[in-house]
Amino acid sequence: MSGLALWPEQASAYAAEVDRLVLGVTVLIVLLSAPVFVLIVAFAVKYRRGRAADRSHQVNRRVGLEVSWAVIPFVLLIGFYVWAARLFFDAHSPPADAIEIQVLAKQWMWKFQHAGGQREINELHVPAGQPVRLTMASQDVIHSLYVPALRLKQDVVPGRYTTLWFNADRPGAYALECAEFCGADHAAMGGHLVVLTPTEYAAWLEKSGVDESLAAQGARLFRSHGCSGCHAAAATVHAPPLEGLFGRPVPLQDGSLVTADEQYIRDSILLPQAQLAAGYPPIMPTFRNVLSEDEVLRLVAYIKSLAADAPERPR
Amino acid sequence: MTHAPAHPIAPNPRNLDDRGLSETPAQHASYLRDGYTLRSWLLTTDHKRVALLYLASVTMFFFVGGAAAALMRFDLLTPEADLLTNEGYNRAFTLHGVIMVWFFLIPSIPNTFGNFLLPLMIGARDLAFPRLNLLSWYVYMLGGLFTLFVLVAGGVDTGWTFYTPLSSMFAHGHVILAATAVFVVGFSSIMTGLNFIVTVHKLRCPGMTWGRLPLFVWSMYATSLILVLATPVLSVALALIAAERLFGLGIFDPALGGDPLLYQHLFWFYSHPAVYIMVLPALGVVSELVAAAARKPVFGYRFVAGSSLAIAAVGFLVWGHHMFVAGQSMYASAVFSFLSLVVAVPSGIKVYNWTATLYKGDISLDPPFLFAMCFICLFVLGGLTGLVLAMLAIDVHVHDTYFVVAHFHYIMVGGTVAAYFGALHYWWPKIVGRMYSLAWGRVGALLIFFGFNLTFFPQFILGYLGMRRRIHVYAPDFQVLNVLSSAGSSILAAAYLLPLLYLFWSLRRGAPAPPNPWGATGLEWTVPSPPPKHNFEVPPVVTRGAYDYGSRHEGRS
Repeated sequence: MSGLALWPEQASAYAAEVDRLVLGVTVLIVLLSAPVFVLIVAFAVKYRRGRAADRSHQVNRRVGLEVSWAVIPFVLLIGFYVWAARLFFDAHSPPADAIEIQVLAKQWMWKFQHAGGQREINELHVPAGQPVRLTMASQDVIHSLYVPALRLKQDVVPGRYTTLWFNADRPGAYALECAEFCGADHAAMGGHLVVLTPTEYAAWLEKSGVDESLAAQGARLFRSHGCSGCHAAAATVHAPPLEGLFGRPVPLQDGSLVTADEQYIRDSILLPQAQLAAGYPPIMPTFRNVLSEDEVLRLVAYIKSLAADAPERPR
Repeated sequence: MTHAPAHPIAPNPRNLDDRGLSETPAQHASYLRDGYTLRSWLLTTDHKRVALLYLASVTMFFFVGGAAAALMRFDLLTPEADLLTNEGYNRAFTLHGVIMVWFFLIPSIPNTFGNFLLPLMIGARDLAFPRLNLLSWYVYMLGGLFTLFVLVAGGVDTGWTFYTPLSSMFAHGHVILAATAVFVVGFSSIMTGLNFIVTVHKLRCPGMTWGRLPLFVWSMYATSLILVLATPVLSVALALIAAERLFGLGIFDPALGGDPLLYQHLFWFYSHPAVYIMVLPALGVVSELVAAAARKPVFGYRFVAGSSLAIAAVGFLVWGHHMFVAGQSMYASAVFSFLSLVVAVPSGIKVYNWTATLYKGDISLDPPFLFAMCFICLFVLGGLTGLVLAMLAIDVHVHDTYFVVAHFHYIMVGGTVAAYFGALHYWWPKIVGRMYSLAWGRVGALLIFFGFNLTFFPQFILGYLGMRRRIHVYAPDFQVLNVLSSAGSSILAAAYLLPLLYLFWSLRRGAPAPPNPWGATGLEWTVPSPPPKHNFEVPPVVTRGAYDYGSRHEGRS
C-alpha cells in the first residue's frame, strides 16, 4: 500500500482560487447541516419514548420559520453561485496573446501539435506563466481533457472544436487524463502536462523542432488537395479569398453573419454547403471523407496564418 | 360513519348497493390466504400480491447489481488491473448502473410499497386498473429477462448513460439488447405512474380530501407525474440509438451528420427527473416514518406536501447541470446552475421540517425510525454535495470524478435504499402479519449507516483529488482511500444481507403482528395484519387529517 494524498496539487493561481471557493462552500455546508445532525441526536436522546420530558406543544406549523429556513440558506448560496460563475466565465475567456496548441483526441491517446510544428503524444509541454489555449477535436467518440492540478476539464466532442485555456505558473509534471468514458482502454488514456520554465520551454521547442511549422504543413495540404485551385488569388473559379479571413465577420447567403473562427473554417471544409458565404455559388465539394481531423487542424492553422499576412480588404 | 349491510352468504354481484360487492366470508381472510397456487400469484390482480411480486423481483435485481459492485470494489483494492480486464471492468460498472437504476431504484419504492400502500392509505379496495398493474409487472420482468440475457451473453460496455457516438457506433457489447431492456421497462414505469395518478384522483374514500392525504401519497403522486412525463423521452432517445446503430441513421454521430450533444440533452431531460423518481418516494416514506417515530403530526404538512410537487416541477428544468463541460453555452450553464440551487430549496424544507417534527416528540428508536434518521443524515450530505456540484467552477473540476459517484450514491443508496429498508421494516408486520426481531433490526440499521459512510465518504476526497470515475487503474496515491472504501463495501454487503435473514426468520417464527404495532395513524393501520383481500370490511370514512396524534399538554406521556 503505497500512498495517501489528501489534497490535490495546484499548478495555477486559478486552481488555488477554486480551492478557496471549495473551502468556503464546505464551511457553508457544515453550517447548514450541523444543526440537523446535532438536533436529531439531541431530540432522540431528550424526547426518547418512555423518558420524562416536557412535550407540550400546540402548533404544527409556523410559516415564518419555514420560509426563513428556505430563504436564508438560498441567499447564502447565491453569494457562492456568483463567485463560482465568475471563475467559470474567466475560464471561458482566453486572453488574446495565448499560445495556441492543437489537440486531437482519439481512442485512446492524446495528440498535441504546437504552432512550430512540434508534435507529441500523451505529453504536453507548456511554458510556465504564459496563457495557453488548446483547440481540441476528437476523431471518434467524446473524450474529456482533464488536468486535476489545474482544476480544469473540457469535453472533446467529435464534430466540433472545443477550447480550454489555462495559465500554469508552477513548473512540474502533472497528470493529464481523459475524464469521459470513451471505450475499452479509457482507464489508460492519459499522460502528463509538463510545465517548464520559459527557458527550458524554449530549449524544448528547439530540441523537438521540425522543419515545418503547423501552418506550413497546412499550406502543403492546401496545395496537394487542390484547395489552391479555387481559393488562390490567381484562380479563375469564383471562390472566397482566404487571406485575412480569420477572425472577421462573414456575411452568409441567408443574410446572417458569422465570425470566421476555427469552428467555421472546419465546417466550411467538411460541410461546405451548411454556411454559404454570400455572393458565392455552392460549388465547393465536401472534404469529409478526404481529410482527417488531424489534417483539418493543420489547414485551419494555415488559414489562421493568412489572417496576419493580408491587408485590410474593402468589403 | 355508514355501515354496510351484513354480507349475505351467497354474494350477489348485480346488487350495486351492496358495498361489500361480491365478497364471500372466505375472502375476508388475509390476502395471503387467498389461494396458495402459483397461478393464484402469477394471475393475481390484487395490488398487495402484485406488490409482493415486485418485492421479490427488485430484491433479486438488487443483489445482482450489488454483485457487480462487489466485483468492482474488489478490483479497486489495488491500483493495478488485477481482477478484471479493462473490458470486464467496463461491463461490470455498466451492468451495475443499468440494473440498479432501472431494475431496482426506479421501481423499488413505488412498485412495492406504493402498490401495497396506496389503495390502503386512501381507503380504496385496489388500484384503479388492477389488470394494468399486473401487466406492468410482466413488462418489468420482460425487460428484466432482456437484461439478464445481456449479462449472460457477455454484457454491454457503454456506461449506464449510453453516451453517443460511443454507444451507437463504437461499442462492441450488446447495446441494442440493453437499450431494448430499458425501453421495455419504461412502459412498466408509465403504466404504474398512470395507474397511481388515476387512483389518487378517483378512488379516495369519503372524507379523504387532498389536504388529508398521507405525505407518502403526495410523494407517490408527484413521482407518478414524472414517470408519465419523462419516461417517453428516454424511450425515444434509446430508439434513436438503435436506429443509428442498426440502420446508420445519422442522428447522434457527427460522422453521419448527427449531433452527440442532442443525445445528452434527451438523456438528461429524462434522467435528471429520474433522480427524483428515485428519491421522492423515499422522501414520502421518511415523512411517514418521522411522524410515526415522534407520534406527532409532520411539522408544516402543506410545505412538505407542496415541496414534493415543487421538486417534481423544477426537477424538469435542471438537466443541463450534467453538461457544464460538455460544450454547451456558458450562459446556458449559468442558468442551469442557478436552477439547480433553486431545486434544493424544497428538499431543504423537508429536512428542516422533519427535524422540527422530532422536537418535543415521543421518539421511538425502533428499527424503522433508525433507518429514517439514517436517511436524513445521508440525504443531507448527498443533497449539500449536490450544491457543491451545481457551482460551475467546482463542477468543472469534479465532474466525472469519484466526487460525483459519492454524491449520487449518498442520495440513491444512502438515501433511497435506507428509506426502502425503513419502509420494509415499518410495513413488514402489515405485509406479512409477523413481527421480526427489533434488536436485529437496530443492528441492521446501524451497520448500514456505518458501512455506507465508510464506503462512500472516502470517495468525496478521491474525487476532489482528481480520481476519475469508470477506471480501475489509478494513481498509487489513491490506494489508501480506495481500500477504506472497499472495506466499507464489504460491511455494507453484510448489512444488506442481514435483514434478509431475520425477515425470513420472522415469516415462520415471528410473533403475530397486531393491526397497529407502532401505534401510528393512517388507514393502513386500521385493518388487520395482513390485510384482507379487499382491504376494508366497510368503506372507511375519514373525518380527520393525517397524523392526528392529538396534541399533548402534559409533561409526561
